[in-house]
Amino acid sequence: MDGTPRLGHGFRFQWEPAQKCHVLLYPEGMIKLNQSGGEILARCDGQRDVAAIVADLEAAFSASGLRGDVEGFLAMAIEKRWLKLETGAKA
Amino acid sequence: MNAPAKIGPPMWLLAEVTYRCPLHCVFCYNPVDFAKHEVELSTDDWLRVLREGRELGAVQCGFSGGEPLLRDDLEILIGEARQLGYYTNLITSGVGLTEARLDAFKAAGLDHIQLSFQDSTKEINDFLTHTRTFDLKQKVGEMIKARGWPMVMNVVIHRLNIDHIGRIIEMADALGAEYLELANAQYYSWALLNRDQLMPSREQLRRAEAVTNEWKEKLAERMRILFVVPDYHEGKPKKCMNGWGNVFLTVTPDGTALPCHTARMLPGLSFPNVRDSSLREIWHESEGFNHYRGTGWMKKPCRDCDHKEEDLGGCRCQAYLLAGDADAADPVCPKSPHHEIVSAALENATNPNRQTQPLIFRDPKESRRLTREAKTPSPTA
Repeated sequence: MDGTPRLGHGFRFQWEPAQKCHVLLYPEGMIKLNQSGGEILARCDGQRDVAAIVADLEAAFSASGLRGDVEGFLAMAIEKRWLKLETGAKA
Repeated sequence: MNAPAKIGPPMWLLAEVTYRCPLHCVFCYNPVDFAKHEVELSTDDWLRVLREGRELGAVQCGFSGGEPLLRDDLEILIGEARQLGYYTNLITSGVGLTEARLDAFKAAGLDHIQLSFQDSTKEINDFLTHTRTFDLKQKVGEMIKARGWPMVMNVVIHRLNIDHIGRIIEMADALGAEYLELANAQYYSWALLNRDQLMPSREQLRRAEAVTNEWKEKLAERMRILFVVPDYHEGKPKKCMNGWGNVFLTVTPDGTALPCHTARMLPGLSFPNVRDSSLREIWHESEGFNHYRGTGWMKKPCRDCDHKEEDLGGCRCQAYLLAGDADAADPVCPKSPHHEIVSAALENATNPNRQTQPLIFRDPKESRRLTREAKTPSPTA
């Protein structure tokens, strides 16, 4: 997977103290994220591409080989329109 | 009493900022006696309510009414709500919306606008061809899209427009809607007064669903269509408000806090006012919010029913309006001893010789008249 994920139109990502988790907010709804989902989405800022997100997560959690899991989550999130994947000139 | 041990945070704070409205919709769910609740909360009261709701954990904030645009402090309230971290939703007819106002909402950080379609004139049958309405919505729709908001539309469906549902969907598509909610009228308040005129027959509903499904397929790429089936026809009680005191906290124009926007009709229950209590006390401790939480309040047939957790006995207001008993099973349920009231209304909808009264339009004059006449609660069935 290549490109730079950013939040889909109308979605907002934030930490919710009352839920003790990251959430995605959208018109009239909310998705509660588990910890790994939250960590991945926190890095989908429209600046980092997929490779940078994976590298960042591996560094943050002193892990390796996360690419498959991250891409799996991103593919699901793109399908659900939580994210848009921007590909092309500007990464 | 009988409340579940753990009460989670409300997800929604619904701020009904005013009952004033330029429209006179015959299916409005505002209370029939809305005209007697004229004193509205001040800006400062609302700002405090917004802060308390957020502290309580609410994440979605809806501004509705009446027509919320009639509050000239709306941009202040939206700005505060956004600042506090709410996802902010404005639910409006678009009547009175200007470029300048929309710019102010954008600057305040408004996240989403739901534009509703309704019958803005008394010429209900002309609804679809009423070009003034269409032009207005088109103009407002373009202004909304131009500012980068998603285009979310809501249309209340009833007997008088259901046969044109295909044209309604086409119209929404022409306006660039990304989401379209086709909400069948629910029979409370004004809609209950007008039920005989508004309720479609089973056949009408079946056709409308079929047409909607065709369009769903055709427009799948660009529009999500939600068809909300009426519970009378489905014969299945809805899990009303997704559970009493579970998801929604509504604050009405005069500051009364409710677990749903019609609950104030229920007799014998007292609902607190935000002028006297904090939202935390209201949500966690008030009798009004605790009374129908969970299943402990139920009697037969709900108490012994396998589906009690699933539908929580249906809607308390509907039980009260139709069965005259807010603790009863929702009469749309076939197991309800009062189910025949619902069957009779459905039968009536298919009767070609049925008698109907003239439509009653929601306006302050009618509201005062009905309040005067209703020494006892709203008429039923």
